[in-house]
Amino acid sequence: MIPELGHFALILALGIAFLQTVAPLLGYQRRDAKLLAFASSAAQAQFLCIALAYVCLTISFITTDFSVAYVAQNAHTDLPMVYRVSAVWGAHEGSLLLWMLMLSGWTFAVSVFNRRIPAELSALVIAVLGVISTGLLLFMLLTSNPFDRLFPVPLQGRDLNPLLQDFGLAIHPPTLYMGYVGFSVAFAFAVAALITGKLDAAWARWTRPWTTTAWMFLTLGITLGSWWAYNELGWGGWWFWDPVENASFMPWLAGTALIHSLAVTEKRGLLKSWTVLLAILTFSLSLLGTFLVRSGVLVSVHAFASDPARGLFILIFMAVVTGSALTLYAWRAPKLATVGELHLFSREGLLLLNNVFLVVACAAILVGTLYPLVIDALNLGKISVGPPYFNAVFLPLMVPLFVLVGFGAVVPWKKGKSVETWQRLKLPALFAVAFAIVVPLALHGRAALLAVTGGLLGAWTIVAASQDVWRRIRAKPSFVAGIASVPRATWGMTLAHAGLGVWALGVAFVISYGFEKDVRLAPNASTEIGDFRFGFVGATEAKGPNFIARQGEVTIERGDHSVTTLYPQKRFYPSQRNVMTESAVDATLLRDLYVSLGEGFEDGSWSLRIYVKPMIRLIWLGGVLMFLGGCLAASDRRYRLAKAAERRLAVDGGAQAA
Amino acid sequence: MRYAIPLLVLAVLLGFFAVGLNRDPRLLPSPLIGKTAPSFELPVLALSTAQAADAAPARLGNAAFAGKPFLVNFFASWCAGCQVEHPYLMTLARQGAVTLVGIDYKDADADVRQWLAARGNPYAPILVDLDGRAGIDFGVYGVPETFLVSADGRVLHKHVGALTPEAFEKDFKPLLGAGS
Amino acid sequence: MSRLLLAALLAGVLLGAQAQVTVARPDIPLSTEQEARLAELLPDLRCLVCQNESLAESRAPLALDLKYEVRGLVASGRSAPEIKQYLVDRYGDFVLFRPPFDARTWLLWLGPFALVLLALGVLLRQIRGSRRAVAAAPPKPVDDAALKKLLDE
Repeated sequence: MIPELGHFALILALGIAFLQTVAPLLGYQRRDAKLLAFASSAAQAQFLCIALAYVCLTISFITTDFSVAYVAQNAHTDLPMVYRVSAVWGAHEGSLLLWMLMLSGWTFAVSVFNRRIPAELSALVIAVLGVISTGLLLFMLLTSNPFDRLFPVPLQGRDLNPLLQDFGLAIHPPTLYMGYVGFSVAFAFAVAALITGKLDAAWARWTRPWTTTAWMFLTLGITLGSWWAYNELGWGGWWFWDPVENASFMPWLAGTALIHSLAVTEKRGLLKSWTVLLAILTFSLSLLGTFLVRSGVLVSVHAFASDPARGLFILIFMAVVTGSALTLYAWRAPKLATVGELHLFSREGLLLLNNVFLVVACAAILVGTLYPLVIDALNLGKISVGPPYFNAVFLPLMVPLFVLVGFGAVVPWKKGKSVETWQRLKLPALFAVAFAIVVPLALHGRAALLAVTGGLLGAWTIVAASQDVWRRIRAKPSFVAGIASVPRATWGMTLAHAGLGVWALGVAFVISYGFEKDVRLAPNASTEIGDFRFGFVGATEAKGPNFIARQGEVTIERGDHSVTTLYPQKRFYPSQRNVMTESAVDATLLRDLYVSLGEGFEDGSWSLRIYVKPMIRLIWLGGVLMFLGGCLAASDRRYRLAKAAERRLAVDGGAQAA
Repeated sequence: MRYAIPLLVLAVLLGFFAVGLNRDPRLLPSPLIGKTAPSFELPVLALSTAQAADAAPARLGNAAFAGKPFLVNFFASWCAGCQVEHPYLMTLARQGAVTLVGIDYKDADADVRQWLAARGNPYAPILVDLDGRAGIDFGVYGVPETFLVSADGRVLHKHVGALTPEAFEKDFKPLLGAGS
Repeated sequence: MSRLLLAALLAGVLLGAQAQVTVARPDIPLSTEQEARLAELLPDLRCLVCQNESLAESRAPLALDLKYEVRGLVASGRSAPEIKQYLVDRYGDFVLFRPPFDARTWLLWLGPFALVLLALGVLLRQIRGSRRAVAAAPPKPVDDAALKKLLDE
């Protein structure tokens, strides 16, 4: 009964999504306020339907109702409760429903927070989002219905892929999708502006908080994904340049560029057509990611079970959504040209440079990701484009970007002065140089080129970014008053930029000074890596709720001191006959000690993978700082004040009428 | 015009995706096609335990099969795809159209004997590639894999995965007369 | 689950997938310099059976075999390009994670950098154009009054 209810809710949602698209468009054409106003109600009703469907699927999982095919494929009676809830998005059909839930959730939010936006614009935004909903719901109902029944009903389910039975992965997809899907709002704003032809600074201001919010979720999602891969895949990597990771990273880069170009459009009214294009591209890259992950056109670690029919549907969907947006763009964008003086050495000039490097970096990743597919399609054979390519191309493109971050926060709008800039940046520059030379030597005794470069750029970014806040605080009589006087948007920007610097430090140090060893150890044998001695005590049996495991015991000593004991596991999940490596990590801010079990041998010895990873935590700390920066920026009072002003206006209007 | 550039880029990309949808990204063409088959010299599998106990097993190499086209089929008793193709290999053996050389890949002799006893033996000789070295020379990345070697010792075709009648009729049969 | 069954399951699964035989092979000792060369080489080589991992990362049986093979080649004094060619001869270019620079891949390797130059060129032209446009026609204020009000709030 419950699955049927969910199925019905989805069908109902499809009908509503269709109306949500058509009614506002008609309303816009006929200048009919009632039809325009229908948009909000439809958005809210659609959200309720999707939420109901989502709850129905979750109940089916909690009660392990194996008559639902999707549940039977992804659950098991031994599966712990928390993973039953997260198993809902563990495979294709359910994760699509999560996608839909996010999309209708964002649309719902637009319908609630739209009171200060002209009714016409808000209705059109909701209509555009309705197009996306309609397409996805059709996709789900026609090719990927999560409520399909299975007959005869199996006695036991096939269980959730053990790789996904991890807390990091339980929360990674929802945050990632919040980001991915959130960019649909910026996309809808862009398309709506192209329809109305009204694109001004106010438009940019309305679009900004939505974009920043989506961006911060995507940042967190990517960070969580990296953390999960590090813990679960068992070889200490934190980024793989896998097509699916690239699929999430491309919208991030484009979204980052969008946030910055929106700032220029808001403050100076410039770059309108470029900003609109970026908004379209950012969400289109999210759609591209969905296509790459679900169509099976590329070889990837995380791809879903692929099905050409699904791939074809998403391809057509992408052609319709992105194609029509870009056609509209080709037609309307020429009218958006603005006249305004632009200097390279000004904040907007530097932000444009930032856009150049971000967009080219994004394009480079796109080219690298799709190149094997293109070569194959041209019958030129099969090639691989892997991490060596991406590192060689991506990292050099990041260097100018980091240099720019420091300037961007200091150089004023319109036109900068080189003397003033030098005055404000000479200390940060000096500090960065000193840091880059001293810290690698002090911590690791040798100055690797990458560590010095990373240290230089990281320290420069952090210090130069903090410069603005520091100056504002110093201008006030007391420190507390100073802190209070800094707007949240400024805090947000500073924090996000500092996070970028922290990330760079982590990357540079972990690559330069990491140790790794693949070693076979008999019980009670030991090996030395860096300053640490890793002793293998032996392996014993361990048992979990739905797995059995071999658990190694590894003692770690430094000099005469015992540092810690780690218990890496090799797990066997009987339900899918799957073997999983569960690594064990001892983490501090300055270094991780990481051990995972390889193969066991008959004489009781095991091959072990041992890593010492200096400062790897900074990589994720940087991501979290960027997320927090996004939170602060999105909640800046400017965005909220506009609402208060709106209310005041309404009261005034009422008084006049009386 | 320049505002239409993004649309053009999209159109090109969509075209490539449409082609890509019909390709299997994991199917690798073999660089050996048209080249002389890798040289191998492997022990012949003893088909019974009694035979195995006898003196050192004979070893066979490329030369033993020269002069006639033959199929090299990498298989193993632990491989699921091999079970799938096995009945068809039996049919091929009965038809006798082509010599079928089996290479038992990374498999225990006892296991494969049991496996063959239960299913029948389609192979002319079975050679043992215990450590997978011959597999590396042939570029094997997933058993079962089947190679067609011409009478003059060149690799003419490679099939990855279970061999089907359709694949044999379409890809192997037309090549059987070549190179003699 | 009984102890014996557990041991059997783990032995079966952990000592190579299914019941694939793993042969005990002699260790190949390498000098420190050779070890470094091997460590540099392995991340550039793709594991063919895994979805998207290098030989350095993968634990698939074929990857372990190839790793052993490469180790042997390093020990025998072969250079990195020779070893790569050895694998390409058997598995094709797919095995290389760093695609070689040739007629097929020049766009891949040079494209991004050409794109930077192109984008910078467009940007500079835009900036010069904006000044010329401003000089030709003094702009009307970008923000209209209502907008100004909004922005001042």
